[in-house]
Amino acid sequence: MQQEQVVSVDDLKVRFVGREGTVAAVNGVSFGVGAGKVLAILGESGSGKSVTLRALLRLLPARARIEGRIRLAGHDMAALDEAGLRQVRGGKVAMIFQEPMIALDPVFTIGVQIAETIVRHEGVSYQVATRRALELLEMVQIPSAARRLKSYPHELSGGMRQRAMIALALSCRPALLLADEPTTALDVTVQIQIILLLRQLQRDLDMAVIFVTHDVGVAVEVADEIAVMYAGRFVELGPTETVIGSPAHPYTAALLTSTVLGSAFGKRLEAIPGMPPDLRALPQGCSFEPRCRFGDERCRGAVPPAFAHAPAHMTRCLRVAAGEIALPRPNLGERSVGPSSQNSGGGQR
Amino acid sequence: MMAEAAALRVDASLVLQRAQQGKSYWRRVWERLLDDKLTLVVTAVLLLLLVMVLFAPWFTVHDPYTGSVLRRLKPVGTLGHWLGTDEVGRDLWSRMVYGGRMSLLAGVVPVFLALLIGGFLGILAGYAGGFLNSTIMRLTDVLYAFPSILLAIAITGILGSGLKNTILALTISFIPPIIRISESITAQTRHLDFVEAARASGARPLTIMRYHILNNVLGPILVYATSLISICIILAAGLSFLGLGVTPPSAEWGLMLNNLRQALWVSPLVAALPGVMIFITSMCFNLMSDGLRQAMDVRL
Amino acid sequence: MNEAGRGSDGADAVAREAASAPLLAVENLTKHFSVKGSLLSRSNAVVQAVDDVSFLVRRGETLGIVGESGCGKSTTARLLMHLIARDSGRIRFAGRPVGAAHGLSRRDLHRQMQMVFQDSYASLNPRLPVAMSIAFGPFVHGLAKSAALQRARQLLEAVGLDPLLFANRYPHELSGGQRQRINIARALALEPRIVILDEAVSALDKSVEAQVLNLLADLKTHFDLTYIFISHDLNVVRYISDRVMVMYLGKVVEIGPVHQIYLHPQHPYTQALLTAMPSMDPGRRTLRAPLSGDPPNPISPPSGCRFRTRCPFAEKVCEAVPPQLLALQNSVAVACHMRFPGSGHSRADKTVPH
Repeated sequence: MQQEQVVSVDDLKVRFVGREGTVAAVNGVSFGVGAGKVLAILGESGSGKSVTLRALLRLLPARARIEGRIRLAGHDMAALDEAGLRQVRGGKVAMIFQEPMIALDPVFTIGVQIAETIVRHEGVSYQVATRRALELLEMVQIPSAARRLKSYPHELSGGMRQRAMIALALSCRPALLLADEPTTALDVTVQIQIILLLRQLQRDLDMAVIFVTHDVGVAVEVADEIAVMYAGRFVELGPTETVIGSPAHPYTAALLTSTVLGSAFGKRLEAIPGMPPDLRALPQGCSFEPRCRFGDERCRGAVPPAFAHAPAHMTRCLRVAAGEIALPRPNLGERSVGPSSQNSGGGQR
Repeated sequence: MMAEAAALRVDASLVLQRAQQGKSYWRRVWERLLDDKLTLVVTAVLLLLLVMVLFAPWFTVHDPYTGSVLRRLKPVGTLGHWLGTDEVGRDLWSRMVYGGRMSLLAGVVPVFLALLIGGFLGILAGYAGGFLNSTIMRLTDVLYAFPSILLAIAITGILGSGLKNTILALTISFIPPIIRISESITAQTRHLDFVEAARASGARPLTIMRYHILNNVLGPILVYATSLISICIILAAGLSFLGLGVTPPSAEWGLMLNNLRQALWVSPLVAALPGVMIFITSMCFNLMSDGLRQAMDVRL
Repeated sequence: MNEAGRGSDGADAVAREAASAPLLAVENLTKHFSVKGSLLSRSNAVVQAVDDVSFLVRRGETLGIVGESGCGKSTTARLLMHLIARDSGRIRFAGRPVGAAHGLSRRDLHRQMQMVFQDSYASLNPRLPVAMSIAFGPFVHGLAKSAALQRARQLLEAVGLDPLLFANRYPHELSGGQRQRINIARALALEPRIVILDEAVSALDKSVEAQVLNLLADLKTHFDLTYIFISHDLNVVRYISDRVMVMYLGKVVEIGPVHQIYLHPQHPYTQALLTAMPSMDPGRRTLRAPLSGDPPNPISPPSGCRFRTRCPFAEKVCEAVPPQLLALQNSVAVACHMRFPGSGHSRADKTVPH
């Protein structure tokens, strides 16, 4: 019954050693992602979400110290050498970024870049690879795909480039896709197209996806499970409906109620006071406690462990786990335009 | 408001935990420089050199101009002349120290003058834009088209040799690159948001220049200029070597190199010494300017 | 003062008129940028960044401007601030034309209208302590340095930063939220009546954004300000604005009270924009994207209605005739042939479903 999960991470820690102290970017993250499932890592800047993602593929600079067990698609990432890593990257595990020009080389055409990746990983001939590239461009819904094969990245618009990058990432049928804020820099009408595309591709290819974002709405649209990250730890991890509907950690609850979504117009926002902790000098206890309405002595004593608040729902708040506090349920407002005709609730458009 | 007060308290305590009050950019550069051992060593060497050439009489025994046929081309380590003597019998150590005055003068002054003139024109062109910019930059391009050594040779060829003309020729050679760098840096700075904000507050161009442009562009321009000193020292020595720079009997490293050429087979170590000196000085300036550039490249 | 009995109605009417007269009136604002081709070719590529844009800003309100890349909202902000010169159109501040001989000079306008930029770090001179950055405006307009710095310290306090701790800091020592507070303080230093916020909270984390939005609300009441809030984030605009203006490819497509725009959008682009926002309900996820493709290039926009290439309701008349921004009921104005009978659009006479 327990087939091996595509992603299995145990107690991941990442430290950056620098001249001004050691930055504890990731402090004990453990999670698993099953085949065909989407996990969203939700957090603000400095929470460690991008570092976590890059640590999975060992894409961090040399001064980063990575500890912990990482298994991706059956490979033990810590044990692989450089050649082994190159095999996994782009092959079994692919990554897409916020800025497509990170992934796309400006001096080669899209077609060449995709074909080259396929040839490199699967050893087929260039002609076969080019035909596959064409199929991929059609799969990501780039219009006039045949013409676009011969285009350079700068000749494409932002949304097109994002799709080209996705095509490149999917060229070798990865079992796992890592997405680092791929929609953050996009206009809202393009963002929803890319979200829908990713959702469809994920279903069609039965890929596991880890999607890093700071946008709650985007996380809700794509994820089966959401992990909320703060100061290098997962403070909550659970199915999307429960994390959003009844959050089990004060940070999640505060995040959801403090944003403009959670407030009625014109009313004062319940902003979370203060600032995230300095990663060079984390507090001894719960890292959110200084800003938490419910923090008390026990919270300051030691870092709260991961409690099983409900089956498949984890929280690092000992007061919530003990049932002492009831967190407010966020009222995330209704959609204003055509929700009933657009969504799974009903109607046609 | 309670939450805001709590926020402020949290803000304040975090802030106090970290850096000291208001560390300005130059202070950070200074601190980074102090960490950079190589640059410190190199700067110390240069400072020592400067002190020695300024207070030359204190560091030398013999007169650099008095020669003795009997004591020609003595090798290194001779009693009384620890670096030997040159082809006319003058003490090499004295000539090196006194020669340092000329070489350093001819190496640093042109860059300094070029910095003043070129920096002014470049910043003006970069800030003004438009027609003024085009005029200045195209004139610079014309001058730039000449290879610097040939330009220097041409000018001294016309004007004659001597320290003053050497400095003049080298200054003219270095003005174009400084104009170019200054214009480039100023033009980039001018488009940054904070300059727009300063314009949006209704400030006049000169005020903006004074408070927002100069303090941001002078640093990089200065660093670039220091990197030119090492080149200038070599060029000055080269001009003297060719007989177009400082004239005998003045001591100057390039001139000494030329004069000692024939002695290369007789006393190679002595003949090579001025060259070694040029090399060391130029290299030190180079490393110092590199260190300065790295220290100023402060990332957040 | 009114004379007994007679003038009170008149004075009230005048007072009402003055109160309702717009603080800022923008008419037919246009700015085209020419794109230089090669040195020898005659450049005929023109970016129509802002094209015939007209709107009013009333005293004490917050006008939100939304749109995607290329819509011209940032260019509009810079045109209002006179950081770039407009090609044509008029801008009137409190009734006085700006830039005209007998009107308000640019320098005087800057005392009345200030701007907060998106990039909080690039907006501050890295070589100056932040108090000096704030004090620069008043200093330039004649205040003595010490008095200007004093005002800077007062403003630091007003934006929630302890002057003792922050006055002598440098921008690199502060967080994004703190820097943006400094930028707001800097904008307020000249005591303007209007503050333009150009994506001022877009680069901030959500929790910091909430703090800054609260601050902006407080400052608005305290200093009696009028805001023009430019953003691509529809949720934030909805929260903070009284009226909203939607721009597409250099033109205004819809403008009206915030609730009208968000609950009953009249323009197909506005509808698409609102539908494209991610759903917050996991049970009701978005199934279809309202628009396909990217926002088109502002160079050589489509003829007629600029939205017609992506509009599901486009017809022949949309290609031929550019729609005018005309008023509907409920203080909403929209530029769409569908809404006005007699325009030639087949749906013009019916009430169009959302």
